[in-house]
Amino acid sequence: MNYRQIIITAIILLLFAIIGTALVVYTFDSTRDRIAANERATLLRKLHHLIPPEQHDNILLEDTATVRDTSLPGTDQPVTVYRARKAGQPVALVMTPVAPDGYNGTIKLLVGINVDGTLSGVRVVAHRETPGLGDAIDETRSDWIHLFDNKSLGNPPLDRWKVSKDGGDFDQLTGATITPRAIVKAVRQTLLYYRDNQDSLFGGNESNLPPGGQANQQDSSP
Amino acid sequence: MNDPTYTHILKEGLWLNNPGTVQLLGLCPLLAVTTTVINGLGLGLATTLTLVASNVIVSLIRKLVRPEIRIPVFVLIIASIVTVIELAMNAWLHDLYLILGIFIPLIVTNCAIIGRAESFASRHTVDRALLDGLAMGIGFTLVLVALGGMRELIGQGTLLAQAHLMFGQFGNQLEITFIKDYRGFLLAILPPGAFLGLGFLIAGINIINARRERKAVIKTSPASQPVQA
Repeated sequence: MNYRQIIITAIILLLFAIIGTALVVYTFDSTRDRIAANERATLLRKLHHLIPPEQHDNILLEDTATVRDTSLPGTDQPVTVYRARKAGQPVALVMTPVAPDGYNGTIKLLVGINVDGTLSGVRVVAHRETPGLGDAIDETRSDWIHLFDNKSLGNPPLDRWKVSKDGGDFDQLTGATITPRAIVKAVRQTLLYYRDNQDSLFGGNESNLPPGGQANQQDSSP
Repeated sequence: MNDPTYTHILKEGLWLNNPGTVQLLGLCPLLAVTTTVINGLGLGLATTLTLVASNVIVSLIRKLVRPEIRIPVFVLIIASIVTVIELAMNAWLHDLYLILGIFIPLIVTNCAIIGRAESFASRHTVDRALLDGLAMGIGFTLVLVALGGMRELIGQGTLLAQAHLMFGQFGNQLEITFIKDYRGFLLAILPPGAFLGLGFLIAGINIINARRERKAVIKTSPASQPVQA
């Protein structure tokens, strides 16, 4: 093996690397807009499960606020809030908290809250819970997540916002308690946060972060 | 080298040299994903697509690549194909992507693909490489579906649950619940169940093979001299 051969072989390898990279970059470039549009459409579809399209007349994906508050589950990550209005009046909002203490990592949620404080529903967007057990939180796997429909902080009372094993009103799943416990806790915290920050959540636009945080923390710690 | 016949390639992929049960390649995705029939089918189809594409391309360029950089080139090709497939699915088959998306990066780690590129596609013509990719892919899919079916049936008492994720509305009619209010058998769903299930599957296949061999021996022995092994 002399230098000449090394160079030639390297050039062949390089050519394949260039072709491969070109192919990947070209595909990435030509699919980027479609993928972004798909993701927006998927997100909008999910939001519309929680806030039916006929209930609002604004553009959900553009009327957002970002909240960064330690009293919200999801802690240091900013949480996006999608706000629904009809004729300018607040109707409902969808918050995107993250339950940090799932059985197998974090659980990303969508929590839909009507303006009167009742839940329009909760959905799990991303999770890594045990297949066949914890993954029943997924709407496609079981109806468990619908336990939250129409619930609010008074219904059940605040101290019964737990899984039944801990003396609360929410059934756990067969063979999985940690996963439902994490979700119930996250939803409860989200509702508390909404109760304390309702006005600032609906007010203003993206630049207007609710000042909250420190002042509200003592209310929401269980 | 003699070119194998098409029937031989098919037999190899589907039974004699099945990547899942005989070569035992691709165990990582095979064991991780097969909790249900639908998951198995999803991964199987995505793997088949990758196998066919990589076999065809490797066979096309087999005369250009020097032997010393064969493996790096194959790795590049497979990684590029998988990325392209993932992006294209995300763009044009978004709903399917949402279900299969998590499996697709797993395909890169499936040694069945580089195994076929190296041992078959780089030595044979494009048509045979294509058929080999298809046969191996379908063989792998069958193992995934069988294992997924065993684990789903024992673990949850159903078959084809969540078929609507892949087949749309029509899929809802496919789901079969065998035992009402089945409490589930956790072992089958967790990873040890995958190992046990695959073990039983391979044992079953070995039994079938042994029977066939015995029959073959009985058939041939009276007519001609027993062939020395």
